[in-house]
Amino acid sequence: MSEAKSASGGANEPGWKELPQGDILKAATALEFETGDWRTKRPVKDDKLCINCLFCYIYCPDSAVKVKDGKFDGIDYRYCKGCGICENVCPVKPVKAVRMEKDK
Amino acid sequence: MTQIVAKTGNEAMAEAMRQINPDVVAAYPITPATEIVMIFSQFVADGLVDTEFVAVESEHSAMSATLAASAAGARAMTGTSSQGLCLMYEMLPIVSALRLPIVMPEVNRAISGPINIHCDHSDTMAARDFGWIHIFSENTQEAYDNMLQAVRIAEHPDVKLPAMVTTDGFIISHCLEKIEIQDDATVKDFVGKFVPSTNLLDLNNPVTIGALDLQNFYFEHKRQVAEAMKKAKPVILEIGKEFGKKFGREYGFFEKYRLDDAEFAVVCLGSTAGSAKAVVDDLRDKGKKAGLLKIRVFRPFPEEEIAQALQNIKAVAVIDRSDGFAATGGPVFSEVRSALYDKKKKPVVVDYIAGLGGREITLAHIQEIFSETEKIASGQSPKEYVQYKGVR
Repeated sequence: MSEAKSASGGANEPGWKELPQGDILKAATALEFETGDWRTKRPVKDDKLCINCLFCYIYCPDSAVKVKDGKFDGIDYRYCKGCGICENVCPVKPVKAVRMEKDK
Repeated sequence: MTQIVAKTGNEAMAEAMRQINPDVVAAYPITPATEIVMIFSQFVADGLVDTEFVAVESEHSAMSATLAASAAGARAMTGTSSQGLCLMYEMLPIVSALRLPIVMPEVNRAISGPINIHCDHSDTMAARDFGWIHIFSENTQEAYDNMLQAVRIAEHPDVKLPAMVTTDGFIISHCLEKIEIQDDATVKDFVGKFVPSTNLLDLNNPVTIGALDLQNFYFEHKRQVAEAMKKAKPVILEIGKEFGKKFGREYGFFEKYRLDDAEFAVVCLGSTAGSAKAVVDDLRDKGKKAGLLKIRVFRPFPEEEIAQALQNIKAVAVIDRSDGFAATGGPVFSEVRSALYDKKKKPVVVDYIAGLGGREITLAHIQEIFSETEKIASGQSPKEYVQYKGVR
């Protein structure tokens, strides 16, 4: 959703007569809002160092840490906004198992 | 069956709430509205209602909890006054934007500062642009009747807007009057069952309520509220008529009292109308063509209807029980005068700001206002368009 398009009133969007009444939408609309395009740095998992403690999964504010069979299964970059909390909480020392790198 | 009882305004509003039997009431006490929810909480404790009563820690929370309960599909109510309403301000336009039909008794009291607990209309007048229906009551009977009608109006599928029903602090809220109360079954039948259009607890149809609404949708949602307020007008008349058929007292947007052939008239709201009627009768006995227009519904503002009722009168004095500090008179004055602008024939309209902070609006004040207005009707120019009556 580009800001310029929305501010001009989105000619193709429904008008007030067509819109459902009030600011009431179907549930789970956050799924459609991909916060990944806010990112300037991306977390990258180091497979060799990760101990699968899943701290990053618990702390991630965007549920962008994927888990499969009880193990850290990578980052969903559609939603990861690059806040760096996963790197911050990673307990692996001296080098963290999730590190923020320049976003590509 | 009708029962004649003696009740104060607060008791009558609490009685109406008992009969409406809302699912949720969340409230915080504030003078002079405290009694409404205090009496109602006794009904809850005595098992006379099915209501979940939430004792919150502030009016901000009272309106938040009421809003949330309403969004969850409950018929939800609260009650407040003055500073309590001020503390609710943040939520009031959210309730209307979410189209939640909350009904709230509001006892008109001056807003601080300086701190004062007595009647004027500054609290609800300051909340007039929040998408709430505003219904004023002249006396205890009207307070009771308006509460019952407000539920129907607010919950009507064409409207779905919140409504506040006001009484004048202490003057109505604490004075004992003889009123007619209907039996519970008749009221239950009139009020009907609440069919919510929003239900947060319906797990089969999950919804998001109150999402961020930026440049591309906010405007459309506000346009919907504006339309709902227009659509409330025929609904208010329809329900006022139905109430009249069932209970013998019909209601419209306003009451015309000896107005049709009047040459000069007063426009006011609330308890002042009772005194003004006595003055009109007195003047009529002396052969003077005085009249009164008592506004009952201030939001939606019945612009065209008021203009039609006043256009053939020569001079009209509005009594504003609040000052908008606009340097151009009170809020009722600006709207009444604006309503007449497009009429070819129209009265001279002047404003009297009176009764702030519970200062009495006496019969003598109203007589003076009529006598000054009569002079304008006979051709004199008004000395000032906006005056203060009863101030030292």
